[in-house]
Amino acid sequence: MSTATQEYQAVFAGKTRAQLDEILTRYPAKQAALLPALWLVQRERGWISDRSMTEVAEVLGLTPAYVKGVVTFYTMYHQHPVGKNFVQVCTTSPCNICGAEGVVRALLEHTGAKDLGATSPDGQWTVIEVECLGACGFATPVLINDDFIESVTPEKVPELVRKYR
Amino acid sequence: MGYPHKPHPRETVVLSKHFGDPEARTYKGWVRRGGYEALKNALATDPAAIIEEVKTSGVRGRGGAGFPTGLKWSFMPKEKTKPHYLCVNADESEPGTFKDREIMRWTPHALLEGTAIAAHAIRAEVTYIYVRGEFTEPLAILEKALAEASTAGVFGNMKIYLHRGAGAYICGEETAMMNSIEGKRGNPRIKPPFPAAAGVFGMPTTINNVETLVAVPHILKNGAAWYKGLSLSNPKSTGTKLFSVCGHLAKPGNYEVTMGFPLKDLLYELGGGMRPGRTLKACIPGGSSVPILNREESESCLLDYEGCVEKGTMLGSGGVIVFDDSTDMVYQIMRLARFYAHESCAQCTQCREGTAWTTRILERILTGQGAMKDLDLLLDLADNMTGKTICVLSDSCAAPVVSGIKKFKSEFEAYITGKKRPVAA
Ligand SMILES: Cc1cc2nc3c(=O)[nH]c(=O)nc-3n(C[C@H](O)[C@H](O)[C@H](O)COP(=O)(O)O)c2cc1C
Ligand code: FES
Repeated sequence: MSTATQEYQAVFAGKTRAQLDEILTRYPAKQAALLPALWLVQRERGWISDRSMTEVAEVLGLTPAYVKGVVTFYTMYHQHPVGKNFVQVCTTSPCNICGAEGVVRALLEHTGAKDLGATSPDGQWTVIEVECLGACGFATPVLINDDFIESVTPEKVPELVRKYR
Repeated sequence: MGYPHKPHPRETVVLSKHFGDPEARTYKGWVRRGGYEALKNALATDPAAIIEEVKTSGVRGRGGAGFPTGLKWSFMPKEKTKPHYLCVNADESEPGTFKDREIMRWTPHALLEGTAIAAHAIRAEVTYIYVRGEFTEPLAILEKALAEASTAGVFGNMKIYLHRGAGAYICGEETAMMNSIEGKRGNPRIKPPFPAAAGVFGMPTTINNVETLVAVPHILKNGAAWYKGLSLSNPKSTGTKLFSVCGHLAKPGNYEVTMGFPLKDLLYELGGGMRPGRTLKACIPGGSSVPILNREESESCLLDYEGCVEKGTMLGSGGVIVFDDSTDMVYQIMRLARFYAHESCAQCTQCREGTAWTTRILERILTGQGAMKDLDLLLDLADNMTGKTICVLSDSCAAPVVSGIKKFKSEFEAYITGKKRPVAA
């Protein structure tokens, strides 16, 4: 976690810098590495701070404001720290009619996150509602970090939460 | 239904033949199943001949617009003066649609093979496969397959890269996708110029959907005439199509049928019909962006481009959303409007304001604060949201609203008159 008083450690160093360099070879323009670079930051830091945005801007020859404009366009980039387990639940119409709201309620209760977007007091869980996850036939899909879980029902939630706790 | 499962006898299993077979995911397994033969032959064939064959097959884009694929490829410059690009649309985010995910999860090499053939046909040096950010599993599987096939040298000098999206439905729109690849906000671009003239990085570009591309090796292997013969109704709709069926259905899942297959049979036979004691109320056959059908229309609709138009809707992406008689249509239409309001890129006024305003009016009707004139207001708004913006996201928001009010008006009126108790929205 970086705070104002701690010295900022560059994200793009060592292995991560090497990965960025490889990514840069894929595109005819440096700017095109922006989305992949932001993914690298999020992988390394868990979220994308203003300071990280400035660093990304520097390595890609962009301005921090430009980078922020892009970060805010895409919903998957975290502009604030989130819980250790970041949970995305689809609540779009096809999942809604199959009981997605119940899944959300159960998740909020069992994780202790209580409110959508809030992080549980133990720092373990953040639960959010998202739009269609592209798995509507397997209602309700839930994405926990990088694990895509199909056909979640309220009954399966306690077990699921136990697994990640 | 998940995989593996036995295909229904009425399915025509071409693209989904190896779904559920983990060995098909590996390079060796794919080759053992006849994979990469079509690519090998294609690389030894003149690009123009491949385009001709694809044209003759009649295959049309499976991403939603149904544009003839061979014709699209033929728009790429004949005289090659600049680098050419291929973008593969694996952003699959249209509510109701989950077929590309299954293609990528089970047959990543089918996508890579179709992609490489297309790249050869349009003479693209570089391909970007744009995979939606949430598709973590397909991404990992594709990455592995790409590494294996590249090591085996099947792509020659062509470069194929995966580009991960980051959560934005609009990036499935082809020009928004190109902006996203360039490291920009995913705002759609004004056309013209069309992508074949100036696409990604300003260079000639073709964009194709995953399902479109996986059909190509089969067309080259079995011939255009074979593919053209796969048509149960209108000869302008050819081939097989994966329909994702979801919602209130006994057996949701992907079913592959020949174009022109009756929607009724897809729902009641393949999809196992309604849940016990329930009857069909409405169905959206082409992903949430197309007009809603009522029961009679659904039960007489043939699933091809023309058959859907005949019923006043569209085949779209083939995402079939089923609503039974327990459904509150007003609530579901609000939920869909909210989706579009959330996903609007906010460039065009009609879309930015229209999707949000539509949602607010629907919420007010649901919470018992609506008035009869709100229905006219919704229709008027929808009119202003149709055909007036850079892309059709705004039109897509209007489609369920207009068809919903037309076909389920009494449900709206029940909320407005207080006959139905308000709900939280
Ligand atoms: C708002 C919007 C979202 C779209 N989303 C997708 C998508 O997720 N996947 C897709 O293949 N096409 C999508 N399309 C259609 C693409 O713009 C494009 O027509 C298609 O990828 C072309 O490929 P095809 O000719 O092979 O169908 C979308 C279009 C719009 C207007
Ligand atoms: S609507 Fe939930 S995954 Fe598509």
